[in-house]
Amino acid sequence: MKWNYIIRRVSLFLVVVWAAASVNFFVPRLGTGRDPIREKLGQLAASGGLRQDGIEAMVKAYQAKFGLDKPLYEQYLNFLGDTLTLDLGYSLANYPARVGDLIGNAMPWTLGLMVVSVLMSFVIGTLLGALSAWPASPRWLRSMAVPLMTMSAIPPYLLGLIVLYILGLKLKLFPLSGGYSPGMLAIASFDYYVDVVHHSILPGLAIVLQAVGFWALGMRGMMVSTSGEDYISLAEANGLRNRTIFLRFGLRNAMLPQFTALGLSLANVVAGQVIVEVIFAYPGIGTVLFQAIQASDYTVINGVVLILILAIGLVTMMMDFLYPLLDPRISHRSDA
Amino acid sequence: MRRLDQILYYLRESPMLGAGTVLIFLIVLFGTLGPLFVDTDLSRPLSTTPRLAPSLDHPFGTDDAGRDLLSVMVVGVPMTMRVGLLAGAVGLGVGIFLGFTSGYLGGTFDTIVRGVVDTLLTVPGLVVLISIASTIREEISVNIMAMVVASLAWMWPTRVIRAQVLTMRERAYVQMAKLNGMSSAEIIWKELFPNLLPYLAALFANAVNWAILASIGLEALGLGPQNDPTVGMTIYWAITFSALIRGMWWWWAIPILFIGTVFVGLLMIAAGLDELANPKQRKAV
Repeated sequence: MKWNYIIRRVSLFLVVVWAAASVNFFVPRLGTGRDPIREKLGQLAASGGLRQDGIEAMVKAYQAKFGLDKPLYEQYLNFLGDTLTLDLGYSLANYPARVGDLIGNAMPWTLGLMVVSVLMSFVIGTLLGALSAWPASPRWLRSMAVPLMTMSAIPPYLLGLIVLYILGLKLKLFPLSGGYSPGMLAIASFDYYVDVVHHSILPGLAIVLQAVGFWALGMRGMMVSTSGEDYISLAEANGLRNRTIFLRFGLRNAMLPQFTALGLSLANVVAGQVIVEVIFAYPGIGTVLFQAIQASDYTVINGVVLILILAIGLVTMMMDFLYPLLDPRISHRSDA
Repeated sequence: MRRLDQILYYLRESPMLGAGTVLIFLIVLFGTLGPLFVDTDLSRPLSTTPRLAPSLDHPFGTDDAGRDLLSVMVVGVPMTMRVGLLAGAVGLGVGIFLGFTSGYLGGTFDTIVRGVVDTLLTVPGLVVLISIASTIREEISVNIMAMVVASLAWMWPTRVIRAQVLTMRERAYVQMAKLNGMSSAEIIWKELFPNLLPYLAALFANAVNWAILASIGLEALGLGPQNDPTVGMTIYWAITFSALIRGMWWWWAIPILFIGTVFVGLLMIAAGLDELANPKQRKAV
């Protein structure tokens, strides 16, 4: 891997973050000329019986406090500075909660659920897809393509409603919502962890069901062309065991594009999970975002958007760096 | 007549394409013939008894706000399809323009287009759309929704069309056309474009699929047209008023059934067209 590739890739990442921050800054200001401070104070005044005549002065004071009275370019530079130091400001709806803290509390939930479900679906889907395309597989495995395709076509939050209804509401096997039982002490104890896992099975299942189909379809396509290769015939002619041929010659060679897809699909996985969390009232980023949308809490919405773009950009970049290690044929030369 | 024969031949050749076409045809039929048999006024709130389970009078039941779900679907399914078709068409249109010109002409323009597309593709689309849609939330209508979604629907088509054009640019028939004095625009339009048609059709199905997926995602978060009964908004209301826990299964299951049919149908059409455009893949499915 050449240094100039690393430098170029890191600067691409920085451009993405800069673009995301700029979108966050400009989109709300392009909008409809609404003024969140005035709206908030107006609401407070209406609900608290505050006198209306002092509001102009208060709006001015708050604008000065948040630097909104400065010229636009200065606000923009301040905003970029805050973004660089990950200072996301205060929540408008839950003042004085800081946006960073809200996201920080939700992050472990989202990460835990996502890492486990992505890994599970990747492994299961890849294996299932490979087996479904392998000529020596049993018939039922080879006819899996249609059900897998159907599942991959339906977004995980809709599958979530279905599993929630069947396994949660009708069979009562799993809790219907939340990250842990109400009344449970959120401290590190065995019971607590069991409870957390119990709560995360249904949302996890919703994500896994859809993603398994996606991985299986991709793998199936690759495996079909791999199983026609000459080296497979040679291995058969050499009398190697069927399982050895499948694992070492078929699976290993067909799998590389799956890793590329893993990086590319991450954005979609996150987007799907955001809504899955809403359906299960799971205490992750998605639920924070949903509540912020409902309360028109722009600072939180922008903070979540920024953090998600940052996180995905970071992971995609790392995948790009790791890829040459997995596939020796790829090297980031100057032409890459 | 020969064209019809050709279409029928394709449908026989690829069962996937045939099945997908039938599913989408059924959905379109439901949307066009529905208003003739169903009173669409019942899709407005407070127009009938709320919270009824499916019965002969209300085959799909009614929701909390007193909407008849059959007529909600008759009105909403075409709306959702319209968002998908509009955004997909805009996305593909921009993709065709940028992909063909940057791929064929190359140069600085190509470098810029490639750079912008590669950068934007690493950004999670739905998340950016959430940021845009939450800013203009009050003003969102079905058409604005389509434009919001379309703003990110062009990158993928641009990228893959450009890649295809790059492989075609050096072929003999293109060189021949160039020697014959055809202009770049003529070559793109008369030589490259027709050759990519099945491929573009598959891309269109994918773009529509993506656009519907994105719009339903936004709507499920409440960022859709507030006064229109699109499929996504119906799901949003069902989630907001906890239809699931209250046992009103019809409220969420019926929109899922419709939208699931659309997704599976479009995916099958795209896969089938891909097979035709790309004979190497034919043995794959």
